[in-house]
Amino acid sequence: MSRLQEALEAGEFVVTGEIGPPKGIDTHEMDEEIEHLRGKVVAINVTDIQSSVMRLGSLTVSEYLVRQDLEPVYQMVCRDRNRLALQSDLLSGAWVGIENILALTGDHQVLGDHPDAKGVFDLDSVSLLQTIGSLMDGRDLAGNELAGVPKFFPGAVVAPGLEPVEPQVLKMEKKVAAGARFFQTQAVYDPRQLEAFMKQVEHLKVPVLVGIVLLKSAGMAKFMNKNVAGVFVPDHLIEEIGAAKRKDRKKKSAEIAGRLIREMKDMCQGVHMMPLGWTDMTDDILGHAGLA
Amino acid sequence: MIVTEEKPLSEVLEAMAGDDKVLIVGCAGCPEGWQTGGPAKVAELADALRAKGKEVVDTVMIDFLCNKALVGLRLARCLDALKAADAVLVVSCGVGVQATAAMVDKPCHPALNTISSGGAQGLWPSSERCQECGNCVLSLTGGICPITTCAKSMLNGPCGGSHKQTCEVEPNRPCGWYRIYERLKAQGRLDNLKKLPDIRNYRKMDVPMKARSTIRWALEVEEEA
Repeated sequence: MSRLQEALEAGEFVVTGEIGPPKGIDTHEMDEEIEHLRGKVVAINVTDIQSSVMRLGSLTVSEYLVRQDLEPVYQMVCRDRNRLALQSDLLSGAWVGIENILALTGDHQVLGDHPDAKGVFDLDSVSLLQTIGSLMDGRDLAGNELAGVPKFFPGAVVAPGLEPVEPQVLKMEKKVAAGARFFQTQAVYDPRQLEAFMKQVEHLKVPVLVGIVLLKSAGMAKFMNKNVAGVFVPDHLIEEIGAAKRKDRKKKSAEIAGRLIREMKDMCQGVHMMPLGWTDMTDDILGHAGLA
Repeated sequence: MIVTEEKPLSEVLEAMAGDDKVLIVGCAGCPEGWQTGGPAKVAELADALRAKGKEVVDTVMIDFLCNKALVGLRLARCLDALKAADAVLVVSCGVGVQATAAMVDKPCHPALNTISSGGAQGLWPSSERCQECGNCVLSLTGGICPITTCAKSMLNGPCGGSHKQTCEVEPNRPCGWYRIYERLKAQGRLDNLKKLPDIRNYRKMDVPMKARSTIRWALEVEEEA
């Protein structure tokens, strides 16, 4: 059983982190980020060709974490691979000791750096979860028997800030029915938004890890409000980060993130930190959150 | 010509569970030519439904169901039957089902699957599109096609890029799944969004030999042989 599964089933408040593999094969910066997270989080998400921008692969980097005695959450999107490749990668993952899988449909290819690419979307997040379930039952999607049964801890994502939220809740129900055992959310900057959302999904009885993205500047906040679906940064936070001097901004950013976690930790079962490169602030964030 | 095949009656009946009174709308275009529709087939279907305990309130033939203006004009003449019906069974390609669903305030169910002819069918649709996926799901989705309205052709609901009714790929492009959600909500059928459809069978998009064997093909191939 993965440590993430163990912790969630034991009812512990769980902290996960995230790294994004580089565009290329120089992994110095990624290595530093990994070290900042070591010992501070239960598991580390490895993003899969995040934002449709081509980069080093999530399966290989997830295995790299396993070899360093760290636990990955292997993110899988359906945009780039069909059901043959996805199932094969799942088997490869299981074979090298990866259990936590985050099943995502994936951003559309036109949003990334290869907009002319063919989007695959043979499966979507829900049918990928069904596929994982099938493999865990010892059969592939075509019903063929597997030699050796892989063990996974499948999870999925949800965005509490999308409007209208009802179709998202319905889809979350579907993901649970398809086998999702935990959820990580899109970034939340307004505790009231999470509170309202958690009321709507209470009946699903599935652990939710709230997403925290470090607010790096007022400009970033305004950009996200305008361009990132379902992300809403309230004005008072934009003012707070905007008022910080450039040299103090990193500290202020960690303080805001820690405060948000502190305010939301009783509403959900964990936090998923997406520091966007500022993993060196992990201690600060967890300190402010009262989780250090 | 668009190529269609009949859905098994059991699938049609399952989709119409609870819809006791049915209006059948048939396209007198391609399905008639392809012998999956037309007056004779529609009458046959009406009998089959009656035998299964459904009340068929009327049957209507429309020349080209892909032409929404025609659909509206023609259905306006049978408003009473339409009002009396719980649902409409549409004997046409996926475009015809969507065009009908856009014009009437009732659940519309496809009687046919639209299978690939390889494109270039020469029809005259408005915004409705059909990719000839071969496994019509319009019954589940309120008569709005998720394969052609969703940029990712998703079958299981909106993705995380759907916000404030729009799609992540283009400004002002409506999210297909938002439209499906709104339509089903208005019809009190949101439970449809909890159903897990079959994973798609892409083999059905391959162009079968019979779909290539048109009259033109016969003239070219058989006459010359």
